[in-house]
Amino acid sequence: MKHNIRIVVNGDEYCLAVDPWKTLNEVIREDLNLTGTKLGCGTGDCGACAVIVDGKAVSSCLTLAVSVDGKSIKTVEGLAPSGEELHPIQESFVETGAIQCGFCTSGMEMAAFHLLSNNPSPTDLEIRKGLSGHLCRCTGYNQIVEAISLAANKMQGCHCKKEES
Amino acid sequence: MRLPRFEYFAPKTLEASLELLGQKGDGAFVMAGGTDMMVKMSHGRLKPRTIINLKEIPELHYIKFNPQNGLEIGSTALLSEVLNHADIIEHYPALIQAVQTMANIEVRNMATLAGNLCNAAPSADSAPPLMVMDAEVSLVSSRAKRKVKLMDFFLGPGATVKNVDEIMTAITLPAPRPQTGASYMRISARCGVDIAAAGVGVAIRLESEVLAEARIVLGAVAPVPLRAVKAEAALVGRQFDPETVQYAAQMASEEASPISDVRATRDYRKSMVAVLAKRAISEAYERSHARHS
Ligand SMILES: Cc1cc2nc3c(=O)[nH]c(=O)nc-3n(C[C@H](O)[C@H](O)[C@H](O)COP(=O)(O)OP(=O)(O)OC[C@H]3O[C@@H](n4cnc5c(N)ncnc54)[C@H](O)[C@@H]3O)c2cc1C
Ligand code: FES
Ligand code: FES
Repeated sequence: MKHNIRIVVNGDEYCLAVDPWKTLNEVIREDLNLTGTKLGCGTGDCGACAVIVDGKAVSSCLTLAVSVDGKSIKTVEGLAPSGEELHPIQESFVETGAIQCGFCTSGMEMAAFHLLSNNPSPTDLEIRKGLSGHLCRCTGYNQIVEAISLAANKMQGCHCKKEES
Repeated sequence: MRLPRFEYFAPKTLEASLELLGQKGDGAFVMAGGTDMMVKMSHGRLKPRTIINLKEIPELHYIKFNPQNGLEIGSTALLSEVLNHADIIEHYPALIQAVQTMANIEVRNMATLAGNLCNAAPSADSAPPLMVMDAEVSLVSSRAKRKVKLMDFFLGPGATVKNVDEIMTAITLPAPRPQTGASYMRISARCGVDIAAAGVGVAIRLESEVLAEARIVLGAVAPVPLRAVKAEAALVGRQFDPETVQYAAQMASEEASPISDVRATRDYRKSMVAVLAKRAISEAYERSHARHS
């Protein structure tokens, strides 16, 4: 039996009828066509599917879509306010070369968003800890850490490179 | 990844969830974070007929502490909420040590301690520290309520004394006592994200300089989190000194009966138990020293 759910995704409200065995990842990608959110492992290990639900980063592959009824979701498509310009996090990923194939990027950016919402000026170690659930096969991670630290500065309105802590 | 088909309920009260669980019988599972269940389901190792989501039940979602009665963690409190709770950070650092090594931020934003315990993996990181700190779990069915010592909870991999019609509602820890301290140390291939290859929880109580009580529980080295009674006995009645700690760590290593698998060999696990036990005993000792009043 399908369940009717009402969710807000990137500010838009959706009323959907979903099978209970559909994951949030499937619904976001297949029903809402928001394919910025990726599916990597499907088992919580890679971070490619991360989205924000009610302010918390979660793995959409481990979340049942029915279970987010009534909740508010942010995906990478909702990171930049208008969807036109880039969010400072996205800008920084571009500037530091933190994107190669791009498969991990949306998950990394959502984790960065969650981290910076809770800790606006993280140390490099805190950034690495914040990304511990995210795998990248291309960049070697250093550029990603650099990107997030640059984004932290941008979001605090300071464009100078932060001192190493 | 496709999940098997099941029917789904998200009751708003404990009473309603117990009633459903009783009604649906075999094949009905309660789900908290789903971080174990979803993985098992997508691997085809779990095919529930019914899933009852506990996360919409407000009365299960809390963390309470007071210095007289101790700590009570409702069964749907998130690992991330445990990790950020000021009283737990201050009074139960061994639990923090376990939770901060569990999984990753996304999983900790979904998963629960109760789920970790009910899933009953031999490697469950929260089990050793909770057991050594004398945790009890509250189990409720539509017929009865009971409290069970976590020491007596596990029966085997995936098996516990919890009946199928029971829901774990809370985990309680006694108030921190003077001159007590606990620690949890674990080792794994890929820090955090990978499950533990071995873990050691230790709690001790000092009487002036004598080790008056000791609890040691080993994770991931037996079918259940294993109480190392010989290692405990090696500590009790003695003073903290390098030889005593070394000997107790050796005993713990002998008591461990691990398997070899993709994560580590049997011999490596046994050696690591000795190393981790030594570190955990020392840290528990330092903490018991620091906690005087
Ligand atoms: C990427 C990843 C990394 C992980 N790393 C670790 C790790 O480092 N250490 C570790 O120990 N674990 C780890 N885990 C396993 C898992 O995250 C934990 O065991 C977690 O605490 C399970 O909690 P949950 O709420 O998600 O449980 P669920 O999946 O919801 O439930 C697990 C089991 O418990 C039962 N259950 C849950 N709540 C109750 C309740 N209140 N009453 C009765 N039964 C209940 C369910 O029916 C089910 O059988 C990891 C998992 C993933 C996906
Ligand atoms: S796809 Fe969800 S964590 Fe890998
Ligand atoms: S850029 Fe390719 S996986 Fe990270």
